[in-house]
Order: sequence, then structure tokens, then C-alpha cells
Amino acid sequence: MTSIAKPPVRHPSSRTNDLGLTIRDYEGAMSTLCAGCGHDSVTAAIVQAGWELNLEPHKVGKMSGIGCSSKTTAYFMKQSHGFNSVHGRMPSVTSGAAAANRALTYIGVSGDGDSLSIGLGQMSHAIRRNVNMLYMLENNGVYGLTKGQFSASADIGSKSKKGEANEQSPIDPVLLALTLGATFVARSFSGDKKQLVPIIKAGLSHKGFAIIDVISPCVSFNDHEGSTKSYAFTREHEVEAVHADFVPLQREITVADTHEEVRTVVMHDGASVRLRTTAPDYDPTNRESAYAHVRACQARGEIATGLLFVDENGRDMHDYLRTPATPLVDIPFEKLCPGKGALDKLMDKFR
Amino acid sequence: MSGINDFSFKMGTVNGTGSASANGLLMQAIFRMGIPVTGKNIFPSNIQGLPTWYEIRVSKDGYTARPSEVDLVVALNPATYAKDVATVRPGGYLVYDSSWPLEPDLVREGITILGIPFGKMCVENFQGDRDRTLLRNIVYAGSLAALLDIDMDVISGMLAEKYGKKPKLLDSNHKAIRLGYDYAKANFECPLPFRLEKMDATSDSILIDGNTACALGAVYAGATVGTWYPITPATALMEQFKAFCEKFRVDPETGAHNYAILQAEDELAAAGIIIGAGWAGARSFTNTSGPGISLMQEFIGLAYYTDIPAVFFDIQRCGPATGMPTRTQQADLMSLAYASHGDTKHLILFPANPGEAFELSVQSFDLAERFQTPVFVATDLDIGMNDWMVKRFEWDEHYRPDRGKVLDAAALEKIQKFSRYLDVDGDGIAARTLPGVGGKGAYFVRGSGHDKHAAYTEDSDAYQELVDRLKRKFAHAATQMPKPVFTLQPGADIGLVCIGGCDAAVREAADKLRAQGIIVDVMRIRSFPFGSEVKDFFDTHDKTFVIEQNRDAQLRSLLAIELGIPRDDMISVLDYGGMPLTAKVVVDAVTATVSSQPKVSA
Repeated sequence: MTSIAKPPVRHPSSRTNDLGLTIRDYEGAMSTLCAGCGHDSVTAAIVQAGWELNLEPHKVGKMSGIGCSSKTTAYFMKQSHGFNSVHGRMPSVTSGAAAANRALTYIGVSGDGDSLSIGLGQMSHAIRRNVNMLYMLENNGVYGLTKGQFSASADIGSKSKKGEANEQSPIDPVLLALTLGATFVARSFSGDKKQLVPIIKAGLSHKGFAIIDVISPCVSFNDHEGSTKSYAFTREHEVEAVHADFVPLQREITVADTHEEVRTVVMHDGASVRLRTTAPDYDPTNRESAYAHVRACQARGEIATGLLFVDENGRDMHDYLRTPATPLVDIPFEKLCPGKGALDKLMDKFR
Repeated sequence: MSGINDFSFKMGTVNGTGSASANGLLMQAIFRMGIPVTGKNIFPSNIQGLPTWYEIRVSKDGYTARPSEVDLVVALNPATYAKDVATVRPGGYLVYDSSWPLEPDLVREGITILGIPFGKMCVENFQGDRDRTLLRNIVYAGSLAALLDIDMDVISGMLAEKYGKKPKLLDSNHKAIRLGYDYAKANFECPLPFRLEKMDATSDSILIDGNTACALGAVYAGATVGTWYPITPATALMEQFKAFCEKFRVDPETGAHNYAILQAEDELAAAGIIIGAGWAGARSFTNTSGPGISLMQEFIGLAYYTDIPAVFFDIQRCGPATGMPTRTQQADLMSLAYASHGDTKHLILFPANPGEAFELSVQSFDLAERFQTPVFVATDLDIGMNDWMVKRFEWDEHYRPDRGKVLDAAALEKIQKFSRYLDVDGDGIAARTLPGVGGKGAYFVRGSGHDKHAAYTEDSDAYQELVDRLKRKFAHAATQMPKPVFTLQPGADIGLVCIGGCDAAVREAADKLRAQGIIVDVMRIRSFPFGSEVKDFFDTHDKTFVIEQNRDAQLRSLLAIELGIPRDDMISVLDYGGMPLTAKVVVDAVTATVSSQPKVSA
């Protein structure tokens, strides 16, 4: 079977963004995932966020590994270069691409198998390196393409489709990312587009590694009774700890920051995110407080969602590397090659 | 050997006691006397305490291979006395530390034993354990200077260069050199029958290791992204790249780094990083050794199947698993040639020495981009870590990187549709675009089945069409890779075939064989896939020897597989103990099967 291209039909009344593009311009090939898959909703949220943010599609690099989630980079922004690499290794490919060309916006899409089992090391080190990228972890607690094995994010007691209960403790990507020093940590739900879209926009504006753990149910293998990653269970147990409103730069002045529980975080590109916390003592700019809150929710059997932690003053990979603002790929050869005179002089040091 | 400017000597010491600087001092002094010299560091996988040796060969004729025999041994490590004494050639010399009684292990008939109280002199003249241990090495260097007639002015000059800003160290080193020198002069007949005499044979040469040379090549080729996971014997390549970049690539005005060096979490990540960078349009490379190549296999297949350029330096070491990581071998040939699962074939370059390593390092980036594929530069520990005497590197100011077929925005304007894997020119190479170009240039890289338009496919014909193009590309590459280097003699019907670091020993062996009346031609292969010249050489020689440093005759297998040469028509000469090849191994193997022939009259 070959991929299915969507017909490029544009409705005359379609709204356009500042670049003159309609939302259809941010779509990709037709999804081949199962009908009702949470991942398709996440794709739709990325499409909307990209359109609303006026991202130039050709300035986006779509990066992924292997798995159902990783296939979805083909389903949005068809005018972007995409790289569907090997299982669990998207973070390293993205690190290299970002090192070479920092002018692109990198959107990485991964899953719980790709990120928390085979790719746990790579994801962790991309966080350490603080690669400037959006990292979507589409989390369904199960291996879909191989038909229903537990993933490392499966909760204790969660049941497989065959009725077997998981006994091993789960890896929570939010707690892990907070521990490793990630500077943007969020959790959301594929069924909650209203929450997800602003978080994606904030993540795209963030300088550094922005991880969004999206609970994205697998309708074929993990949406049954007894699963803790089903639509029903997630709806019932989701507790939005922090609501984020994304405010683009040009509209910033119109937003009055009146409410006491609202914190405004200015992103590096000048846009801002207004964070409304549901618990009065919760500070989403404080790593310890974020960690404690997620833990407390977990102990109560709740799933904490929202933009849980953000630090806009972190140093990213390019700060560590001291690379210039000009992407390395655009530096002319003449500046890279020291030339004959330098070599002749250098040779004297080897005598 | 033996005589003026034609002998070898070695020092047996304990790792981590500072002997490296004394050995380097000796070698460099000889080099500066204008005499061709080679040093081989035979060191353990250890930071401190295990045995280490340094072999120096002096050759007025310019032979740089590891010597077949040793004229003089300085035995300073009790743990290896017996072994070290046994390596002295009959009639040779042994120097030992006579601060203690001569141990039975050191006694041997037929050699001259010279006792010098290195330890005692150090205790009497220097303070503190550290100084006494470190300076003992400089004392033996002084004694060797007297025994071998090393120019003391040269040594003094070198010490002044090294310690000019540290007068205390300069004084103690001078004193140590003098102690050793004076003791030898006063107690022995100096110089020995084999000794040094100034020449003028090194003025256009340098002493350099292959890792440094490869790193410099990467700088000159314009590589901007380097990444690696530390591994012996490859690590120094990135350290040198960093040092060169700090010297040449830091913007003088802004301080910005026009390079990115990423220490990866493992070799898998290193492979991913260079492939990501290569896809994005940067010249990128990683340096590793056999175990790293094993870990990178999956990514190598991805880059092959998706036409992404990347350069891998493989500094080969000895053995499977951890093996002997500080010993040399050429045993990754098969694992490089067909790295990864599925049908894969790769381009490999085999430099013979640091001079060629510099040139082929530059060229590897051109080949990777021209053919849009992984390129391996396969050196080994001997080339990578030892100091070799090679000609000064040259640079052609007209050099510009060959970026291969890259369509920019203007080029895309002129075409109807961009199909990433469409072979327009029939050479198997399809034009690529770089991310960010916009317009119709966007495409989707996928490791899964894809057709010539880069679209997903599970169609048999579309799959075969794509992998057949890759095969065509590989065949085309065979005509473009560096040609073999031939050393030919009139009347030869025997051919010696080798790669990489075996070169020096094999060419020396050819000279030695000629002296015995056996005339041979030498073909040193410099790349894989093999060009037609390689096959021609086999077709025109009655008897061929394939000389390589691995157990399983991997080069011979590749020749049999790729060129269809009957395996049994090639006589294997295999040397895989982990040491650099000596001419003797080759001479013995050839003479064992070829009887001497009368010299061909002119």
C-alpha cells in the first residue's frame, strides 16, 4: 500500500493566517492509523497550533522514530522536510540536525515505546543537551504496531486487552523530565484539544527542549475497561493542574494580568504564556513544587495535566556549543577552512 | 640492520611513570638530526602499573615499518625482564638499572649487558618520589644520547622549548640528561657500534599521528558537526579536532564557534547525530573503533537506504568484544563493507599513514556528499596513535567542497516536480534538497519502504527499483574511488597485495626479497569498492599474496566476493597478534612458497 495524498482542495471561505495559508496547508498525507486513534487528534492539534502560530511550513523539521506515533509526522505539514528515523533514536537525529541548522523549528513525535523503552537513553540525553525542539510523546501505554504488549508507561494494575495486569512500575515521562532538568514539561490529553493546542504553541515558542506527554488512547489495544490509558479512564481522572493560555507577541498588550493566580511567562521570542493554576500554592515556575504536585496527584490516582513546569531562562544546546546565530550550514567554506598559509605554519609545530 | 643510522632500540618501562616524554624526546631529537625515524608505542589498556614499551627505529633508507629485530633494549620494568632480554638480537645490547644487583632474568649469553644506576643517581640528585621517578626516564635518555651519539645540542634545544617558561623544570631535566650522559661516557665505550650521524633526510617531513591528521582533514574539508563516544584508540581524533577548531574556527570578533562538537551518550547516538546533521546539510563525522561500528549498524543501514552522507572514522583495534583495545588490527573490513542488515554495501577508504590520512580524510567528505552515503575512513591503532614520519601536508587553495547534487531554491524553480530518489543522470545518484529550502523541495525521509518519489511503499517493483539504483550508485562509486598505489618492478610475476598500515612493511619486504632474487610487485588497495585496476593486477600476476592483519583473511574474502577471484588463487599472509606488521613476516611467508630465482638481467 502506498501513502494516500489528500486532495489539495481549498474552500473559498477558508480563513488564512498571517502568511496567507489556510489550515489545510498545514495538513499532511491521509492518516493510516486506526479510526478513533488519539494520535490523529494530536496531529490535528499540531496542525492547528502551526497554523495559528504562522509557522512557515518549510522552516519546520518533522522528526520521528518508529511506532504508530512516529508515523504521524507524515500526516501534518506536507511542505516540511520530515525524517522518520530508527526506533528510539529520533532525539540523536534531531540533535544533529539542530546543531547543523538552528534556523528550523524541530517537531519531534514519539511514543511511549519509542521514548521510554528503546529510546529512554536518547530522550534523557536530549533533555540534558537541551536541544531546541518540541518533543511530543504520544503515550498510550501499549505497543500498537506489534499488537498489544505493555509499554513502560503502563500503570501497575492496568489490564491488557487479554486481561493480564501489569505488575511493573511505570516510567512517568513528566517526573523523569522534571528530574533530568527539562525546561518545559507538560502533560495533556489527546481528547482535550482546548488544552493541548495552547500548550503546543507554548512548546514551539520555548527555547530549549519542550516535552509534552500526551495521553493518547489506543482504540485497538488499550481502550478497554481496566486500562488506565483509555479515553474513559483519562477523562475521569484527568486533573488540570495548570491551564495555559498562549499569547502571541503582537497581542500581548491587550491582555490584562489581573487575576492573582495567573502567572505570565514571557517566551524567548517575546510571546507569553499565561498559566492558571488550580491549586493556590502551586508554582509552575518552581521545579520542586511541580514535582511534588505531580506526585501528589499520582498518589490520589489522578493524572495531572497542563503546562506543569516552565523555565524560560535555561541554556539550550546552542548556548553550550557557543555556535553563532547563523546556522552552521550557512557559514561559507572560506570561513571554515584555515587555508594554505595556516597549514604551512602549523606543519612547523610537528617537527 | 646495525651500523650508522640503521638500527632499532626499545625501552621497556612501567605505564604511568612518565617514560612517554623521554621516549618522545629521543625520537624527536633523532628526527631533528635529519635522520628518518619511527616510533611505536606498545602500551597497555591501563592508566598506571602495567608494562609498556616504546620502539624506535632509525633508518637511513627511510623504512618506517616496525623493525624485525631490536639492537638495544633498555629494560626498566622487572615484570618484563625475561621477555625483554629475549628480544635483543644476538650480539645486541641490554641496558638495565644497576642500582640493584643484576637479576637472573636479565642474564643472557651473546649480548652485551650495560648496567647504569639510574635509580641510585636519582635518589642522590633529586628530591621526592615523584621527581625521582619521572626524571629516571630523562636520565636513561641521557645515557642513550651518549651510547647512540645523539646530538646534545639538539636535546638541550628541545628541553629549552619545552620548559623555557619553567626554569626549575628546565634545570632538573638538564641535570638528569647530563647525569645519564656523563655516566655512560665515563663507564662505557661510547658510541656503540651502531650509532647516529647527522643527515638531511627529514627537512620536508613532520612527525604526526593519524588521529591528528584525520582531525585536521576534517577541519580543512569544512566539517562542522563532530560527535563521538570516547573509545580507544579513536578518542584523540576528536580531541585534536577540538583543539584545531579552537585555533581556527572561533570567530575573532564574536567568539562564536563555527563548529559543534557533541559528546554523545553512546555510539548509537553519535551515528544518529551525524546522520541528522548530514541530512540537514552539514559535513559531519564521528570517530570510533570496532565496538562502536557494531553499535552503529542500524543507523548505517538507514543512511545507506535513505541516501544520507556521513563520515565514520574507524580506528581499528584488536579483537571482538573488548579484545585488546591498545593493540592494532585490520579486522573490521567485513563489518564495514556490508555494515547493517538487509542488502547494504559501503564506501571505505584505507589510508596507509598519517599523510595519506589527511588527504583521504578531506576526500571522504567529498565522496560522502557526492554519493550521498556513509563513507568509512578505516585506519588502525598503529596509524592513529603512533607518530609517523611523513611529508609535510600540502593544501591546494583551489579546493572547494564537492557538495554533490543539491537542488537549491533556484534549481527547484526550474523543474516541474521534485522526486527525491529519481535517477535522472543514470549514475544512481539522485539530487537531494536540504531542509528549509521550501517550495517543492520538501520530502520525507523514511527508513521504511519508499519509492523514487520518497513516498511510502510496500510494492515489490518500487522497492527493487530503489535498491537497484543504490547498487548502480555503488558500481559508479567503484570508478571514482582513490586508485591503488602500485610499486612495480620489471620482470615481476609475483604480486603482493595489501591495505592501510601494512604498506611500509610490505614495500620494505619487496626490497628485501629483491636482494634475495625474488622480484615482486606491490599493489596497495586504497578503497572499497575495488576499481577495475585491482582485478587487472590479479589477472597479470601468476602468484599473488594478500597480506592483512586479521585472522580470517577478510580482505581476501572481499576480493573473492566482489571481483570473483578464486579464493585459493590468493595466498593469505595473516598477522593478527595486535602488533604493527614487520617486513620479516612478509619475507618469510613469500620465501616459504617461492624459491629464489636468478636475478633478472637488465
